[in-house]
Amino acid sequence: MSVAPAEVEVERPEAGQDAVPDTPWVTIVWNDPVNLMSYVTYVFQKVFGYPKARAQKLMLDVHHKGKAVVSSGNREAMERDAEVLHGYGLWATVSHDR
Amino acid sequence: MSEPGVPADPDEPGYTDPDVGVPDIAEEIMAGFRRTPRGVSARFTSAQAGIVRNLVGQVAELVGGPEAASAPPAGPGAAGEGADPVFPDDLASMLDAGGPTGAPEDPVLARLLPDAYGDDDPEAAGDFRRYTEQGLRDGKVAAARTVLATLPDEGGRIRLSAGDAEAWLRALNDVRLALGVLLGITEDYERELANVTGTDPRSAYLQVYDWLTFLQETLVRSLR
Repeated sequence: MSVAPAEVEVERPEAGQDAVPDTPWVTIVWNDPVNLMSYVTYVFQKVFGYPKARAQKLMLDVHHKGKAVVSSGNREAMERDAEVLHGYGLWATVSHDR
Repeated sequence: MSEPGVPADPDEPGYTDPDVGVPDIAEEIMAGFRRTPRGVSARFTSAQAGIVRNLVGQVAELVGGPEAASAPPAGPGAAGEGADPVFPDDLASMLDAGGPTGAPEDPVLARLLPDAYGDDDPEAAGDFRRYTEQGLRDGKVAAARTVLATLPDEGGRIRLSAGDAEAWLRALNDVRLALGVLLGITEDYERELANVTGTDPRSAYLQVYDWLTFLQETLVRSLR
């Protein structure tokens, strides 16, 4: 995390707004041996509203590559996604897409 | 991820009639869930119902405390409401929020309530947990309670609304995650299951795990 130099006036964005949409955060889902392929596909469709083909491709990415970026956006939205995915038992983390 | 060896989807190659060759518990044939005009449906023997109720209840207790399997569910959004996770460095909000910040030491709980940030950012992981963990626990307990409320002790045929079916999916998944940690499940578990002997203490639980996997698979497929 970086700290702005003291002499520079920094305007912090209001809560709930992300002022830097061009440096997105991402939600990553990690492979695990328990979650069913069919279930993970179902969850991606349900949570993100992805069409089945896209949900299935993401599921296969998780399965074969060990992880996949399933959504991107501001940090707050990504934390919300991770929270929902944890509710479904998926192993999800948030990170800054640098 | 795992994929059961017996596809139960008529649209997929290798489909086998669900009544044939499915795992059995105590020599009872179980056909899993199927879609009916009045919701998804499955039949349980009393032994099967007992296994599901017992395991789901145990997970609820582990996640929500001793009363979780019997007490009324906590109100929606009991925790984390109004919390703002955008500024994790805000010391005041950290002091205000009461949730835990460290991952549970119990490996099963750590899997059910995972960190949302990698090891390189324990501070962000702690903040996220502080604001979300109670809500996550409440959701898991609520799903477990739905299973307990819709599956009679004596078993029989049950029919689930779409909402209840979704709760079943989550609760079955939580039980499988918990067993997965306890049994050291890998993606190769079916081979292990085939090689395990009756004297192996894990044998019975591996079979239960396998049956729950089948049950969840049929439930997912009946919802699509």
